Amino acid sequence: MSLLRLNGVTKNFGGLSAVRGLSFDLEEGIVMGLIGPNGAGKTTVFNLITGIYRPEAGDIFFDGLSLLKLGAHRRVAMGIARTFQTIRLFRNLSVLENVLAGCHCRMKAGVLESMFRLPAQQREERKALETALNALELVGLGSRAEQPANNLSYGDRRLLEIARAVATGPRLLILDEPAGGMNEHETAQLISLIFTIRDMGITVLLIEHHMTLVMRVCERILVMEYGRRIAEGAPEEIRRDPGVVDAYLGAEDNW
Amino acid sequence: MKNRRTVVFAGCVAVLGLAPLFLDAYWTDVLNNIGIYAILALSLNLIVGHAGLFNLGHAAFYAVGAYTAAILNTTYHIPVLSLLPVCGFTAGLFALVVARPIIRLRGDYLCIVTIGVGEIVRIALINNLFGITGGANGIFGISRPSLFGCVIRSPKQFYYFIWIFVGVTVILFHLLEYSRVGRALNYLREDEVAAEGSGINTAHYKLTAFVLGAAWAGMAGNIYAAKMSIISPESFTFWESVLIFAIVILGGSGSIPGVLLGAFLVIGLPEVFRQFGSARMLMFGAAMIVMMIFRPQGLLPARRRAYRLDRLPSGRGGA
Amino acid sequence: MELFAQQFTNGLAVGGIYALIALGYTMVYGVLKLINFAHGDLFTLGAYLGLTLVTSWLLSGLGPLWGTVLLVVMVMGMIAAVGVLLDRVAYRPLRESPRLSAVVSALGASIFLQNAVMLIYGARQQVYPPNILPKLALSFLGLQIPLVRIIVLCASLAMMGILYFFVQKTRIGTAIRAAAIDQGAARLMGIDVNRIILMVFMIGPAMGGAAGLLVGLYYGQINFTMGWTYGLKAFTAAILGGIGNIPGAMMGGLLLGVIESLGAAYISLAYKDAITFLVLIMILIFRPTGLLGERVAEKV
Repeated sequence: MSLLRLNGVTKNFGGLSAVRGLSFDLEEGIVMGLIGPNGAGKTTVFNLITGIYRPEAGDIFFDGLSLLKLGAHRRVAMGIARTFQTIRLFRNLSVLENVLAGCHCRMKAGVLESMFRLPAQQREERKALETALNALELVGLGSRAEQPANNLSYGDRRLLEIARAVATGPRLLILDEPAGGMNEHETAQLISLIFTIRDMGITVLLIEHHMTLVMRVCERILVMEYGRRIAEGAPEEIRRDPGVVDAYLGAEDNW
Repeated sequence: MKNRRTVVFAGCVAVLGLAPLFLDAYWTDVLNNIGIYAILALSLNLIVGHAGLFNLGHAAFYAVGAYTAAILNTTYHIPVLSLLPVCGFTAGLFALVVARPIIRLRGDYLCIVTIGVGEIVRIALINNLFGITGGANGIFGISRPSLFGCVIRSPKQFYYFIWIFVGVTVILFHLLEYSRVGRALNYLREDEVAAEGSGINTAHYKLTAFVLGAAWAGMAGNIYAAKMSIISPESFTFWESVLIFAIVILGGSGSIPGVLLGAFLVIGLPEVFRQFGSARMLMFGAAMIVMMIFRPQGLLPARRRAYRLDRLPSGRGGA
Repeated sequence: MELFAQQFTNGLAVGGIYALIALGYTMVYGVLKLINFAHGDLFTLGAYLGLTLVTSWLLSGLGPLWGTVLLVVMVMGMIAAVGVLLDRVAYRPLRESPRLSAVVSALGASIFLQNAVMLIYGARQQVYPPNILPKLALSFLGLQIPLVRIIVLCASLAMMGILYFFVQKTRIGTAIRAAAIDQGAARLMGIDVNRIILMVFMIGPAMGGAAGLLVGLYYGQINFTMGWTYGLKAFTAAILGGIGNIPGAMMGGLLLGVIESLGAAYISLAYKDAITFLVLIMILIFRPTGLLGERVAEKV
């Protein structure tokens, strides 16, 4: 059974149909890419999966369970984590505290436990700090834990968002243009990071415009245009599909 | 650096502890007022400073607590001190009922609604709602608190009672700040969408901030009622809410030392400048404008939290 | 029926005043996304300045018509000047700052203005000279409606009409509307946004000041805290009509005045203000964009 299934999902904004009758399956354990021209509805699909938007029609299943009635934060607890296209960090907080936000949903302490420092709460805090530091080391920011998030370079901020998402202990990680603004060296490190995450058993779904990265990292690719799926398959098939070349990729010597 | 803070802190505690021995009744009472406002401001700080919600109707929670104490004490003769948790509970419950429908409102709109709530409560009190609030004259004859058979009556006795309560509040709120709940409030203030996307139930924490802040304001109301022995709607106007709000913002939104300093300045300074009469409010208004232009983070802004990484079992940390 | 008609026309007159004040809130909010808490105090200042002018020698020589016109013009002009000064001192330095700073500054400005009025004029109620407007009542469909009420309503409708024409039909008016929708885009289209802001802080306060004058003439009594109640109600009216929407503010004001008058007569006089606030809260919860406003979604 697939980990994630979209079934005839439609999302409208006023008169505009951003996503129309989209259906696809995502198997567990692979890296899947979602590509297409700007305005194709890719981020909208992510927002639908993560619960920021409700679809007008269709359903979304995670591990067989319908997500429609669950709020965004509940979906994180179920195992879906995300990064944002525009980078949404807690800029005035430290790098470590940003990642601790991801640990939140795996902890239980409430107001009373926190005020009175019960032993279970203290154990939980220490465990969360461990998880957070592990996530930071995974992305290579372990030494910057105490610094304000504002101090990080653009590429490092993207990595921090990934660390925060990984700290939630997800089964599915959704990355929205993770290579945006990165140089070649950073992109190469990102490719290696995505492989490491996949080897940890986390399924990855990503939106990217950087075609080299997409072709190297993804095992399956879904192509969207005007809110619809126009192709799906392995990278080699997509690369040669005339419809896709026409709509988005262009001839091979262009990229 | 850390040692200097500890020294300053210990010094303040010492000065506060010994103050009533050197001050007359009038100034001790001023410090009592500062103490009550400190509790109110600390409670509002949870809502405004940590969760980032514009609440300009905090006096309503204060009033609910005060009137709960006054009504139950004068009608059923229940000792005021044992009503302390009851007042916290009713104020918190009131906040839960009122905040739930408005919690998803955007910043400015939430601000206006809280003003409206504050006004509705005040108008209801003046109009003797259900016949129990005593109308414009309020309620009188509230008994003094008594602890282990000793009645708290004089300004000096109230001083220690109030400031020990302040101390306990500071400790509990400090512990809360350095915990999962405290962090959640900060995340939701910094970026609500990112917080929700990271798995934090933002609606739940907004409500938590309101209810907790209201409960503490309710307890402050209890203390106020017991101290004044008479309460009336005049003490719970919009300007009361503005005053508490100003203490939080000018002192340092989200910072416990900042809020305490704010209480001393906002309540204490006008006492020092009493001879200027009505011009004090003028100065106050001007000060608010000036502070926002030149030091919007407040006098003692919140510091970033540090974590004791060297205590972790894996042996890592200590950058 | 008699009660209804009296309350209804009274509601319209009061509503006209609310509408004039509401315009000040809505215009400033539309362009700057700022709730000008001090606007109610500009209204109060208008009432007091009107009193000063009316009781001074400046207008005594002129006939009733020219005297009134000059009075209105002077009050509006002076309050417009104060409005611009208010923006320069309290709001312009905070244009780039977070919203909370501007809110606090606005509160501070409100406290300052309110207490300044109190210090200058005294804390007790002041009274307008009683014989400025005629005390006649007009006979209309068998009812006696005070002439004052009609004059006040006509005056506010006239001012609203002029403003509506200005905003809808002139270039500057269109520029104001554009800046309210999207300041950045307006700037890119060559609109001098700073000049627009200047205009908004002149027109809004001028309307508010005129409303203060009308209140002084209509009710006869003024006090330094009236900016608070009138201000909050006018703000409710602005929200009711859709904040940032100018025809909405006009409509909201008239509607609120009528609701309040009828509510006071038929539901409860004591809880009159509470009813207004309840209306405000209900609107914000169930239809925050107001009756004429538009929904704007946030892009994630």
